Amino acid sequence: MIRVVLPGHLRTLAHVSSEVHLEIVGPVTQRSVLDALEAQYPMLRGTIRDHVTHERRPFLRFFACEEDYSLEPPDTPLPDAVASGKEPLLIIGAIAGG
Amino acid sequence: MSKVRVLVGTRKGAFILNSDGKREKWDISGPHFAGWEMYHLKGSTVDPNRIYASQCSGWFGQIIQRSDDGGKTWIQPGTPPDEEKGPGGMPKGESNKFVYDVSADSGKPLTTHMWYDGTQHPWEFKRVWHLEPSPTDPDTVYAGVEDAGLFRSTDGGQNWQELSGLRGHESGAGWQPGAGGMCLHTIILDPSDPKRIYIAISAAGAFRTDDGGKTWRPINKGLYSQYIPNPTAEVGHCVHHVAMNPSRPGVLFMQKHWDVMRSDNSGDSWTEVSGNLPTDFGFVIDVHAHEPETIYVVPIKSDGEHFPLDGKLRVYRSKTGGNEWEALAKGLPERDCYVNVLRDAMAVDSLDKCGVYFGTTGGQVYASADAGDNWSPIAKHLPAVLSVEVQTLP
Repeated sequence: MIRVVLPGHLRTLAHVSSEVHLEIVGPVTQRSVLDALEAQYPMLRGTIRDHVTHERRPFLRFFACEEDYSLEPPDTPLPDAVASGKEPLLIIGAIAGG
Repeated sequence: MSKVRVLVGTRKGAFILNSDGKREKWDISGPHFAGWEMYHLKGSTVDPNRIYASQCSGWFGQIIQRSDDGGKTWIQPGTPPDEEKGPGGMPKGESNKFVYDVSADSGKPLTTHMWYDGTQHPWEFKRVWHLEPSPTDPDTVYAGVEDAGLFRSTDGGQNWQELSGLRGHESGAGWQPGAGGMCLHTIILDPSDPKRIYIAISAAGAFRTDDGGKTWRPINKGLYSQYIPNPTAEVGHCVHHVAMNPSRPGVLFMQKHWDVMRSDNSGDSWTEVSGNLPTDFGFVIDVHAHEPETIYVVPIKSDGEHFPLDGKLRVYRSKTGGNEWEALAKGLPERDCYVNVLRDAMAVDSLDKCGVYFGTTGGQVYASADAGDNWSPIAKHLPAVLSVEVQTLP
C-alpha cells in the first residue's frame, strides 16, 4: 500500500480528509503513483501534472523521507520506505502569500 | 414575485447573493470553492438552475464546476459525486481538459504566437476567463481561455473542443498578450443568428464568426490605439470588454483600453462615443436590459493608475448610446476610493426597473434597483471581485 498526502485544496476536490492509499503493481515511481492516484481520483487529473505533457505543475513539489524528489525523472524508483508504505509521498504546494 | 440571483467570482472563492424582486435585502452564500480564484460564473437562461463556474489556481490549474440546483451543490462535470471514488477508476469526463487543436484536419493549427519581446512563443493553456452558456441548450457552453482560444462543450461541460478556426486565423501568429495575459475574455452569442458569435481578446481585438465558428474575421475597423506600431491595424487592439442588448444584436458597445466605442453594423466599423467622460479608460461596459441606447461604464483614471478619478467611485450612464454621459454617484464612495472594476464585473437584471450590479477589487458589490439612479452595497467585504453575473428568476 502506498500512502500519499495531498495539499488541502486537492483533498477537498477529491473528497478525502486524510492521506490517500493506493495499490500499485510493479515499480513505485512518481509516474506509477500519479497514474494510480489519477485513476482512483479522476477529478485530480490535470491538477498535479499537465494533462498533455504530464509534466509536474511548477508550484508543486514531491517530498519523501525528508528528501525532495521533484526534479527526479518520473520513472526513478521512490524510496523503499514509500514503496513499503512506511513513509508517505508528500505532494506539497509552494508556499506563497496572498 | 421575481427573484434575483447574483453570481460573484472573487480571488478567493465564489459567492451567491439572492434577493426578491424588491432587491432590498440580500442573502449571501459562500465562499464556494474557498481559496480558489473564481474567474467567472454564469447561469443558463434556458435552465436557470444550471450554472457553470471557472475555478482555477496557480498551483493546481483549471477546474470546471457545474451546479444543477442554482448553486446549492456543485459537481465536476462527468464525475458525479457517487462515482468519485470508484474502485480502480472508471472512465470519467475530463472537464478540466482544455487541449488546443493541433490536428491536421482543422485547417491551420498554430503552435506559437507573439511574445512580449516579439519572438514566437508556444500557445500554453492557463485558465478559463469567461463561460458563456448557449441561449438554447443548457448542455452547450463556450469557454474563452488564456492563451487566447475558444472552446465549446456540448455535454454539460464534460468535454471541450476548441473552435480552432479562430486561433488559426491568419493573424494568429501575430497576436500578443496584454499585461494581464493573452486572454479571450468576451463571448457574445447572437440570439437572432446561432451561427454568429462575437469574441474579444486582449490584446488582439474583436472577432466575429458568421458560420458557427469555422471561420473568423477581425472586426476592429475604426479603433485607434496609439500604443501599438500601427494605431489603426486590423488586429492588435487591447479591447477590454464588449456588450450587446439581445433585442438589438447588431449594435455593440466596447470599452477599449482607452476609448468607448459603438458599432451599428455588427462590428464592421466602430465610432468613438467617449464624449464628455472624464476619462475614457476603463474595463466594464454594459447595456440596460430594456433601453438599448442606455449604457454604463466605470471610468478609471489611466492605464497606469487603475482606480477612479479623485478617489470618487462613479458609474457613468449614457441614455443616448454614448457621447453624452452623466455621473451616477448616489450611494457610491465620494472620497478615498481607490478600487478597480474588472472587465467582467458588471451585469444587469431584466426586472422593471432594470437592476445594475458591479463588483470592485476592494471586495464590494454595489447594486442599483433603479437603473443606476441610486446605489447601495449588497456585499462589503468580499475578496477582490473578478466577475459579476445576474440571473433574473421567475
